[in-house]
Amino acid sequence: MTEEDKRIRADFPIFENDNTIYIDTAATSQKPLSVLDAVRDYYENANANPLRGLYDLSMRATECYETARSTVAEFVNAPAAENIVFTRNASESLNLVAYSYGMNSLKEGDEVLVSIMEHHSNLLPWQLVCRATGAVLKFVECDKEGHLTPEMVEAAVNDRTKLLAVTYVSNVFGCRNDIKSFAEIIHNKGGIIVCDGAQALPHIPVDVQELNVDFLAFSGHKMLAPMGIGGLYGRQSLLEEMPPFMYGGEMIEIVTRESATYAEVPHKFEAGTVNAGGAVGLKAAIEYMNGIGFETIERRENALSKLCMELMAEDEHIHVIGDKDYVNHHGIVTFTLDDVHPHDIAAILNDENIAIRAGHHCAQPLLKYLGTNSTARASFGFYNTEDEVRQLVAAVRRIRGKMGY
Amino acid sequence: MANTFYNEILTEHNMHPIHKHPMEGANFVLQGVNPTCGDDITLSLKVENDVIVDGAYEGDGCAISQASADMMLDLIIGKSKDEALRLSEIFLRMIKGKITDEEKEELEEAGILEDISHMPARVKCAVLGWHTMDEMFKKKA
Ligand SMILES: Cc1ncc(COP(=O)(O)O)c(C=O)c1O
Repeated sequence: MTEEDKRIRADFPIFENDNTIYIDTAATSQKPLSVLDAVRDYYENANANPLRGLYDLSMRATECYETARSTVAEFVNAPAAENIVFTRNASESLNLVAYSYGMNSLKEGDEVLVSIMEHHSNLLPWQLVCRATGAVLKFVECDKEGHLTPEMVEAAVNDRTKLLAVTYVSNVFGCRNDIKSFAEIIHNKGGIIVCDGAQALPHIPVDVQELNVDFLAFSGHKMLAPMGIGGLYGRQSLLEEMPPFMYGGEMIEIVTRESATYAEVPHKFEAGTVNAGGAVGLKAAIEYMNGIGFETIERRENALSKLCMELMAEDEHIHVIGDKDYVNHHGIVTFTLDDVHPHDIAAILNDENIAIRAGHHCAQPLLKYLGTNSTARASFGFYNTEDEVRQLVAAVRRIRGKMGY
Repeated sequence: MANTFYNEILTEHNMHPIHKHPMEGANFVLQGVNPTCGDDITLSLKVENDVIVDGAYEGDGCAISQASADMMLDLIIGKSKDEALRLSEIFLRMIKGKITDEEKEELEEAGILEDISHMPARVKCAVLGWHTMDEMFKKKA
């Protein structure tokens, strides 16, 4: 373990308390102490129901919550804090766009274009919207290594394409899509782009203005924050026009017996009591990541991807999915092992205390397209070490023997 | 946590299954699928006078789903339909962690899957073949 490894790992209490070799960060990240402390500090010193109380403590809670919104806005370079809607996770954010924007803007004859590599969270809501509105759902396919080029997207859009749903970083390939070019293509057709940033925000700097996306969804729990807090960036003009997604408390201006006028963006999308503790945790997570710096995060994650792919390449029975270049993996190395089902791989690795994901990764259309229905996925965070990579690959290489091959 | 079920019995049934092949003359055929894992089994049985005279399966999936089906066929071929259903009831109960030692004996090799009860994510793999048999008999009954 390097000095840097030690320093970073010391920030994560779980590595002290549990000896699992945790290689499933794409599913959810571990949490640094500063995040846990921030949540605790909020509940110990500033907790009240935000946005409604008329007393100091509630105003303090409101301030914590709204400051967190500003921190998120800065993190993705949104023009204003109001562009950020807090949700529970990326799935809720994408559902918000589907229900509030999609249901009201799409109509029969329109087309929705979804990439084949989408997580179910950025596919199922569009299936639903298309069924309900009569819009047509179309897919744009990548090549078998996960490359989705602007040319492929260009060829798949037409004047009827009103919406493009695509992920920034794939949770299966780990590759990064050229969102900026995709946005330009769909904007030229008069459509909008909904970008799934769930696997991007933890690994690379994201600038919504530079990318020129209309919506960007993300989950806090994948980027060091607690579970139950996530967000949606939305273009101001679109958010203004959209009706609320859920109805209830703290999203209205005036309610009469028959109707209501809604609160301003973003509060009209945040019905009911909000997750202020989670938002505070997300703010602390962003501050922690900024403290480490993306340069360090990317350097470390690239080194882990590189080592993992090199070691796996030494075994003819291990097949890594996605780009040959480790730089296009963002810590995600999805693989198969000849003759062994991925669920057996994960179960046998568990015997050696190694935690990885196996299955369809909530991307069944993609796996079907790749001609498999299950793969194993190692996903690293910047807190993993090269030694852990070596242990993982060595353990994977022993599996066929254990299975009698 | 050490698994006890990736042992020789299981790997042998997975690598060299006795009953994994196409079968002619089956009068009961049913496909069982685990949508979450993609485990996929087509079970074929030949039943004469309520006795399972032959059986086979095809498909793919994890070692547990495949070996479990193979062990099941070992157990039920030559038995009556009712006896097979009784054994599958015991097996399914074992997976929930509720059987006696005597009952486990009756399951023969399939008894090695008892510890699956501690791995909820794998339960569906272990029971796929058994559920498929249950379904096919109950459907046609
Ligand atoms: C690319 C991608 N999008 C969306 C999601 C959904 O995230 P959540 O379950 O936090 O809503 C995930 C998480 O698995 C993901 O990897």
